[in-house]
Amino acid sequence: MTIGKIFKTIAAAALASTLIVSAAYAETIKFGASAPKTGPLAGGAEVSHWPAIKLWVSDVNGRGGIDVGGEKMLVEVIEYDDRTSGEEAIKNIQRLINVDNVDFLIAPYSTGLNLAAAPIIAQAGFPQIAATAISDGIDEIAKQWPNSFWLLGSSSEFAKSVVDVLVTLRDRGDIGNKVAVVNVADAFGIELMNAGKPALEAAGFEIVYETSYPLSQQDFAPIISAAQAAEPDAFIAFSYPGDTFGLSAQAKIADLDVGAFYVGVATAFPAYLGANGAAAEGVLGAGAINVDAEGMAEWRARHKEVTGMDADYWASPMTYVGLQMLEQAITKVGSLDKADVIEAIKTMSFDTVLGTITLDNNINRKYWTVGQWQNGAFRGVASTGMDGEVAPIVKKGWK
Amino acid sequence: MSFIINGLLLGGTYALIAVGLTLQYGVARIMNLANGENLVFACFMAFWLYTAFAINPILGIIIIAPMAFVINWLIYSYAMRPLVNRSKNSGQLEVNSILATFGLLFILKGLMKFSFGGGYFTYNYLAEGISIFGHNYGLNRVVAFIAAAVIAGTLYLFLNYTRYGTAIRAVAVNPTSASLVAINVPRASAFAFALGGALTAASGALLSSFYTFHADMGMDFTMKALVIVIMAGVGDVRGAVLAALMLGLTETAIATFVDPGLTAAGTYGLFILVLLFRPQGIFGRSNS
Repeated sequence: MTIGKIFKTIAAAALASTLIVSAAYAETIKFGASAPKTGPLAGGAEVSHWPAIKLWVSDVNGRGGIDVGGEKMLVEVIEYDDRTSGEEAIKNIQRLINVDNVDFLIAPYSTGLNLAAAPIIAQAGFPQIAATAISDGIDEIAKQWPNSFWLLGSSSEFAKSVVDVLVTLRDRGDIGNKVAVVNVADAFGIELMNAGKPALEAAGFEIVYETSYPLSQQDFAPIISAAQAAEPDAFIAFSYPGDTFGLSAQAKIADLDVGAFYVGVATAFPAYLGANGAAAEGVLGAGAINVDAEGMAEWRARHKEVTGMDADYWASPMTYVGLQMLEQAITKVGSLDKADVIEAIKTMSFDTVLGTITLDNNINRKYWTVGQWQNGAFRGVASTGMDGEVAPIVKKGWK
Repeated sequence: MSFIINGLLLGGTYALIAVGLTLQYGVARIMNLANGENLVFACFMAFWLYTAFAINPILGIIIIAPMAFVINWLIYSYAMRPLVNRSKNSGQLEVNSILATFGLLFILKGLMKFSFGGGYFTYNYLAEGISIFGHNYGLNRVVAFIAAAVIAGTLYLFLNYTRYGTAIRAVAVNPTSASLVAINVPRASAFAFALGGALTAASGALLSSFYTFHADMGMDFTMKALVIVIMAGVGDVRGAVLAALMLGLTETAIATFVDPGLTAAGTYGLFILVLLFRPQGIFGRSNS
């Protein structure tokens, strides 16, 4: 073999391998995901965010991939931990875009991290479908960053719905007029408190106890004791997962006698029922789904089978819906062109596990706001126009 | 009235957190920054024993504490002893041990994240009310308080009324002189470090029954323990318990009557007052 021949063979081999590599690349779409795996919000993300992504990837690849212009492309997700820090989220997203060269991004978890990441995602021209963010600023944000889409709703709607549920209970004669209201001193809690307090006052409720507490709070005995001393008819906490569990456990121990007990994020987690058992009956919480909706039971069963854990009754399916929307927009556009996909998302009608969804100025206007544990399932009792609302029940003790 | 009991219960919890560090810092002279991780590790162990084998956290201590004792003995013998030998004075040892245990902190945290993930963990054990003077308190907290009292009491008796306890106190006061009266200082130090670790682990097991814990929260406990140990005076078990109760009462009073958001301000306010007016600690004697 001459040197020339050897050279040719090597060149041919090299060329062949490049072709193989590029062929392999053509078949996969790379998605980048940055969300908490550690830090204060990891507990929430491990329930609502990461498993939903896992299920979606398994579903999509199970049916051969996403249809892009008639060709099926498999899905691959690159995951980074943002340690529940905005700075870290931004670094991760820069890395995903510039180093990993992902085709699309999966929006981060939580209000704060989605807001923190919005500018950098907008700058890079990627669509951002935020499925776990609640804020009153979403209209302005969507205007400022037209690549961003907001599915979970606004704080004032969530707060107003809580008050509406209390009014229903009061009109039925189930509860009186005195309310204790507390909030976690973080974006979500503060926004809901700011919207909820005037709404309570406007509805004629008397606020007998009110306080806020830091995100790292562990000891809830003083808060529940002080609330108990004020003898409220209803207790409202705009809380995050750790404090939702802490406040509920303490209320049960202290036997807080109220006709309505509302806690915020994580009430819709299956673990809430696990931790509180029969005491969960009648507890109100943020968000909901229609458990009886078509396909929901089947979806929940698949979630359990693929991820090994139960989906929550609120943000899990919404996170999945965000990914379904991205997928359907890519298929409609028929290419991986990000600008075209963004335009498609704005106007499309999506067929999702939560029913048909269309966006109005980048925002989902129909969503669940309050749910309640009734007979072992978390059922929607208030929404901004969803089907399948059930009547709220009065909380009867903690046994 | 209820705030006093809530405060004492919280103080009992804090006493548990701090007593182990008192021994490690006061006797072995190791400023153990991984103290909180040690505690959280025990929380996870207790959780695992309870959920996988239905062993309740109080029985769990019988498994967890001796295990922590052995692990901490090994940590002292292999990781800390070289630093002790190398350091020319206690100041230098303090700096070296802070750096070394800072590294240990990340190893332990990494191990916990690797084994359990970053999520929240909580389980129900004795999460029911017990009525004291007409108010309900968490039975698990009351049990932890009683356990704290028993542990601190036993430790106090051991340190003050046994021969080996006296030897340990001698090492705490002056390691050089202690070795002159035939006390095996390296062994006493290792023992104190390991015992401190075991006590911290025991407190973790008790705490896990009413805390929502995750792999990242060790530093919160370390800071609390540090404040208490310094307020109490280094190596002073009685002082640590008293300081912990003061802290619990202060925090609860502030949370009840002022604002739960200001408890940290209360903690550090009290800390500053003690540093200003009794820098040697509540029971500490001023010495050279």
